[in-house]
Amino acid sequence: MIPLLVKVFRTGIVSEAPPAPAAEWRERACAMQADILRLLGRALVIRQVDAGSCNGCELEIHALNNPYYNLEGLGIKFAASPRHADMLLVTGPVAKNMEHALRIAYDAMPDPKLVVAVGDCGRDGGIFGAGYATCGGVGKVIPVDVTVPGCPPPPLAILRGILAALETPRR
Amino acid sequence: MTPESTAMRAIPGEVPASTARLGRAQWTDALVDLRETGGRLVALWGSDAGDAMLVSAAIAMGDGLRVVELALGTGEKCPDLCGLFAGASRMQRAASDLVGIEFEGARDTRPWLRHGAWPAGEFPLRRGFDPARERPNPQADYAFVRVEGDGVHEIPVGPIHAGIIEPGHFRFSVVGEKVLRLEERLGYAHKGIERRFQDFSVADGYRLAGRVSGDSAVAFQWAYAQAAESIAGVAPPPRARWLRALMLERERVANHLGDLGALGNDAALAFALSQFMRLKEDWLRLQAEAFGHRLCMDRIVPGGVDADLDDSSKARFVDQAAAIGDEVRSLQVIFDESSSLQDRFITTGRLTPDQARAFGVTGLAGRASGQPFDLRADLPCDPYPELAVRKVVHESGDVATRVKVRFEELYESLRLIAQIARRMPAGPTRIDYPQPPAQALGVGFVEGWRGETFVALRSGEGGTIARCHAHDPSWHAWPAIEHAVIGNIVPDFPLINKSFNLSYSGQDC
Repeated sequence: MIPLLVKVFRTGIVSEAPPAPAAEWRERACAMQADILRLLGRALVIRQVDAGSCNGCELEIHALNNPYYNLEGLGIKFAASPRHADMLLVTGPVAKNMEHALRIAYDAMPDPKLVVAVGDCGRDGGIFGAGYATCGGVGKVIPVDVTVPGCPPPPLAILRGILAALETPRR
Repeated sequence: MTPESTAMRAIPGEVPASTARLGRAQWTDALVDLRETGGRLVALWGSDAGDAMLVSAAIAMGDGLRVVELALGTGEKCPDLCGLFAGASRMQRAASDLVGIEFEGARDTRPWLRHGAWPAGEFPLRRGFDPARERPNPQADYAFVRVEGDGVHEIPVGPIHAGIIEPGHFRFSVVGEKVLRLEERLGYAHKGIERRFQDFSVADGYRLAGRVSGDSAVAFQWAYAQAAESIAGVAPPPRARWLRALMLERERVANHLGDLGALGNDAALAFALSQFMRLKEDWLRLQAEAFGHRLCMDRIVPGGVDADLDDSSKARFVDQAAAIGDEVRSLQVIFDESSSLQDRFITTGRLTPDQARAFGVTGLAGRASGQPFDLRADLPCDPYPELAVRKVVHESGDVATRVKVRFEELYESLRLIAQIARRMPAGPTRIDYPQPPAQALGVGFVEGWRGETFVALRSGEGGTIARCHAHDPSWHAWPAIEHAVIGNIVPDFPLINKSFNLSYSGQDC
């Protein structure tokens, strides 16, 4: 136990300040109303769905939970069930073999629901395109609020996309 | 007739390999012969060669690869290989789904990658298949094997799992919390990559190869580059080879860091996740600074490497390897002293050497179960002969042993990284990649962090890709997990699964 405590003490707090939201990646006026946001503050529960990615985006989403980005410190956490989630964070070009499961997960989420599509292939199929096995982007299957570009997008970009979905649209 | 006597033709390039197209009887004889002399099935795939359907099997021998091919006439079936190589079953099912090859005598003929996105009777890798045509996407039923008896019940899990994980379905048959049987159903991440390769030129296909399994981008891009260079008869400059090895060892360390943290976390030591993920982030940030991409995607290209290192980056790599080594050693002490962690790790999810051998499991999972294969030591390509990689092999095959292998391989990779950074030769990092000849076969074979990563590439006219088969080592280890789980408790499955950390995308691709 002592080596563990020493390690914790020596490591200290390495968390960094969060980035600015990337409003330019917003795809549509957000579904979440300003008053709900005021009520909930920034607390956000995310259900992540890998809809057939190469797993590169998953590595970077995992990194968001490391102490540098400290996602939970911002009031954002991942849930096991879409029924507990405010946001669906979707990766992959949406493999046809995942199309059905993605729709079920989306339908299971309570309203209002936010969807962030992560990565170039989440945007439009990316390098995999649209074909016999891929739908060609998350937006082909469910409505998308924010799209984060990159292959894969680094953790900060994913975080900026998540935060952009939380901000009410400027009018 | 032995394969040696049937005039195997050498495949040029970095990987010692030869190939032959054989008649039906010869093909089976050759495979029996290879099996009896210690051959392991690396990959099996089908192709539409225009005048015939082609079945290709890549077999690893002590001195290199043999790619034996069988041309099937119209309506002709291929002999079932499952009796020779237990791991062949899912590869055969995939070849049936994608190319329409049937295997005579195969017991399991259920679709594997085809869940309903294209109908039976259409085959995505056949000529004339239109990938762009809209097709209905019904959910096909799948006949899971039922376990019956008093108190047996099923737990279906997935394709969406409870964490940030790739998609797949696990069907547990359990009594109480003890697993009697696990049946995997994969294919959910099938993206049609092998068809998609045909939209790329041989010179550009490395980009797609790097996305077969993102966590193995370097391994796949290196294997792809080997295959492309083999076809064109060119060799990368020495400095490029050293840079490739540097990236490959860094990819190995990055994945081991992440997985060791996740393994601690899965056994309720959240501290481990925070610490290892902190180290991994340091690791990836330097990688992004030095190579311009956190995962080194698109940095290994046919003809060399699209990156270089200046002297200050080299020094930082050496320093970082030392610093991370110290940190990991202090964390290993904490792992070893944590009785609750060891209680979860030891004897859990045991894959016996016999099981590992039967399925042809390689890589870290194989080496934790007594399979002494490591391409960096067995068939070393430059710069590995100069580095003398120390193989890590243990026998026990449980989660604890896979954790041990990861720690030891991580230290070895840190040693290699420091060596590579110090000794890297000067010179160019890339040559121009020429247009390759048509109808040439090239292969790539790289010891990725997960195991043997294989690419077979056949060129078409004008520098196009006629067929590219990218083969992740997960193909072999997925069926082995079904056995490693038997008799364990359901709550230990995530731990067992993470200790292998297989690629869904790489298998489904």
